[in-house]
Amino acid sequence: MHIVVCIKQVPDSAQIRVHPVTNTIMRQGVPTIINPYDLFALEEALRLRDKMGGKVTVLTMGPPMADESLRKALGLGADAAVLLTDRFFAGSDTLATSYALAAGIRKIGEEEPVDIVFTGKQTIDGDTAQVGPGIAKRLGLNQLTYVAAIRSLDLENRSIVVERRAEGGVQVLSTGLPCLITMLEGTNTLRRGAMDDMFRASRATIATWSAQQAGVDDIALCGLRGSPTVVKKVFAPQPRKEKAKMVETAGKSDAEIAQATLDTLFSANPKLETDLRKLAAAS
Amino acid sequence: AKKELSEHFKTYKDVWVFIEMERGKVHTVSWELLGEGRKLADKLGVQLAAVILGPPGNDLKQAISDAWSYGADLAYVVSEPLLKDYRNEPYSKALTDLVNTHKPEILLLGASTLGRDLAGSVATTLKTGLTADCTELAIDDDRCLAATRPTFGGTLLCTIFTLNFRPQMATIRPRVMAMPERRDAKPGRVIEFKLSMVEDDIVTKILDFVPDTSTEEAHLAYADIVVAGGLGMGNPGNFRLITDLAAVLGAEYGGSRPTIQKGWISADRQIGQTGKTIRPKLYIAAGISGAIQHRVGVEGADMILAINTDANAPIFEFAHYGLVGDATRILPALTKAFEARLAVRRMAS
Ligand SMILES: Cc1cc2nc3c(=O)[nH]c(=O)nc-3n(C[C@H](O)[C@H](O)[C@H](O)COP(=O)(O)OP(=O)(O)OC[C@H]3O[C@@H](n4cnc5c(N)ncnc54)[C@H](O)[C@@H]3O)c2cc1C
Ligand SMILES: Cc1cc2nc3c(=O)[nH]c(=O)nc-3n(C[C@H](O)[C@H](O)[C@H](O)COP(=O)(O)OP(=O)(O)OC[C@H]3O[C@@H](n4cnc5c(N)ncnc54)[C@H](O)[C@@H]3O)c2cc1C
Repeated sequence: MHIVVCIKQVPDSAQIRVHPVTNTIMRQGVPTIINPYDLFALEEALRLRDKMGGKVTVLTMGPPMADESLRKALGLGADAAVLLTDRFFAGSDTLATSYALAAGIRKIGEEEPVDIVFTGKQTIDGDTAQVGPGIAKRLGLNQLTYVAAIRSLDLENRSIVVERRAEGGVQVLSTGLPCLITMLEGTNTLRRGAMDDMFRASRATIATWSAQQAGVDDIALCGLRGSPTVVKKVFAPQPRKEKAKMVETAGKSDAEIAQATLDTLFSANPKLETDLRKLAAAS
Repeated sequence: AKKELSEHFKTYKDVWVFIEMERGKVHTVSWELLGEGRKLADKLGVQLAAVILGPPGNDLKQAISDAWSYGADLAYVVSEPLLKDYRNEPYSKALTDLVNTHKPEILLLGASTLGRDLAGSVATTLKTGLTADCTELAIDDDRCLAATRPTFGGTLLCTIFTLNFRPQMATIRPRVMAMPERRDAKPGRVIEFKLSMVEDDIVTKILDFVPDTSTEEAHLAYADIVVAGGLGMGNPGNFRLITDLAAVLGAEYGGSRPTIQKGWISADRQIGQTGKTIRPKLYIAAGISGAIQHRVGVEGADMILAINTDANAPIFEFAHYGLVGDATRILPALTKAFEARLAVRRMAS
């Protein structure tokens, strides 16, 4: 069994700041991490491999320094790693990203056919959740998004049964291999890397492919040129002009504060009281 | 980066909204998008179409008639038994074929699990741009769709265009756009479309559907009143104070992300960028600092009341009313005061 896990290196978004004057993203000095959602995909893949045998290859498209994330994944137990890096990939939107990753997966599969491709649910920077379905469509893989659990995998009959989060409930789906799974967060607990894996990872060579080496057939479909979406403007959200009106609390008991709060809310919006009465009566 | 739109794409016209129907019920986000689509279509001077896929029957008929009430001029309908439950293969096939045949310039879908699953596939097959999770849509001077969306967990907004390809596709989260008023409308034109796929073509099978047990779950996004707690509640036991107040108000309750991560409340009750967007008449936030990722999910509320021990908490920058104090003491007092007030008025009325 051969599983490919797509991971993206992202800035730790809790630390992203916007330049107050130019309104551009200040990436300098912001630490990068493996997209947290992708770790659930990686863990699920490793568990399948541990149970059924086979191999897990991690794949990323990004700048040369993205090899750091791949090395971390190797340290957690992945067997092989591929980095797609090329200036032609720069500025990719999701359509161009899925094009490059699909090419990479096809190439990886030449050596050993791929049974399952995993991605995270979404990233924490671009945050579109579009790349998974994009890869599936390009490679003709059966698409399983928002997967909460894998119920069974039958390599002989090339079939898989999963639980998929849908609106209002869980779908139990069966489909054929090869398939693409986008894994839901919180579905498993990431392992700690084993000492020998970490040791192996620190010395592993990571396959680094240019667009051409990845077997991309049309360079015009990569990067900025291959991206139909154009980001025209990036800006920080406007702060609200007024700050909150504060309820006076000094010297008051809790009950008096609560009373004052109700008076404030209801005098500002008398209709709210009518609405609340209706709701309270209905419940 | 602006090029002239090719002659081929110039023939693409009209605004389409994908009407999401699951188990016979239309997701409210679809009507919200018809409301928004109406504005875009009027600005462009084109027609607004509802795209309705589902098995034949009364639910489908009802969806079509509701589409007129929420502003559609025409409806593309694929009435087909194997569209009974959502599966990617037949749905993406139907929608892709429809687009290639009838050529819309704009196609909007809800950013629900269904909408995101479908939109990503369709856009990839059509090789066009797809802007995710938009919070604002507008038409610019060149008749292009300007789609604005938050990124980096809400710290930034960006405006994205699909200049040289059609349709211009976008997904929009539930509750971001206001629900349009229902109007009396005469039926529009229905264009029937046939799905060129049979069950044997579809590899994926639905073995079972397990509905969520907590029935109140999905209602958070659509609740009129929401009470939520954050880490400032101190411990899971104190969350009782949140649910008590919610019960008196007939409200839904929720929490900030850390309260979910700590397992104080269930994941479907998370409010914010990576949780639910809410749009209630009243939002009461207790012990929540007001991080940007929380803020983007609650800004649509008509009125926000924040309770926090820290007078400098960021939540006071966007709440309408603030109260500096210990939530574990104020909440029970508020519950009592609301209870007394609402009960008295109920008797009087
Ligand atoms: C501010 C901003 C807004 C953007 N908005 C849009 C938009 O609306 N539409 C659009 O098409 N593009 C958009 N992009 C571009 C988009 O972020 C990039 O295309 C990005 O390369 C992939 O999209 P994502 O981060 O949304 O990934 P998602 O689709 O959210 O990622 C899903 C999964 O795909 C895998 N994956 C994604 N990227 C990679 C990678 N490089 N290497 C390996 N695996 C990967 C991961 O497993 C990930 O969990 C935007 C970019 C920015 C900076
Ligand atoms: C990619 C990403 C996505 C995220 N998505 C979300 C999201 O969807 N939703 C979300 O909420 N967060 C999200 N977050 C997390 C967000 O950045 C904040 O960390 C989080 O919202 C903080 O939660 P909090 O306000 O409960 O806790 P804190 O920030 O710790 O705030 C606790 C507050 O309680 C106050 N307090 C303490 N004791 C009391 C008391 N007795 N009475 C009253 N007040 C008291 C404190 O003054 C403080 O202001 C996301 C983060 C990232 C990086």
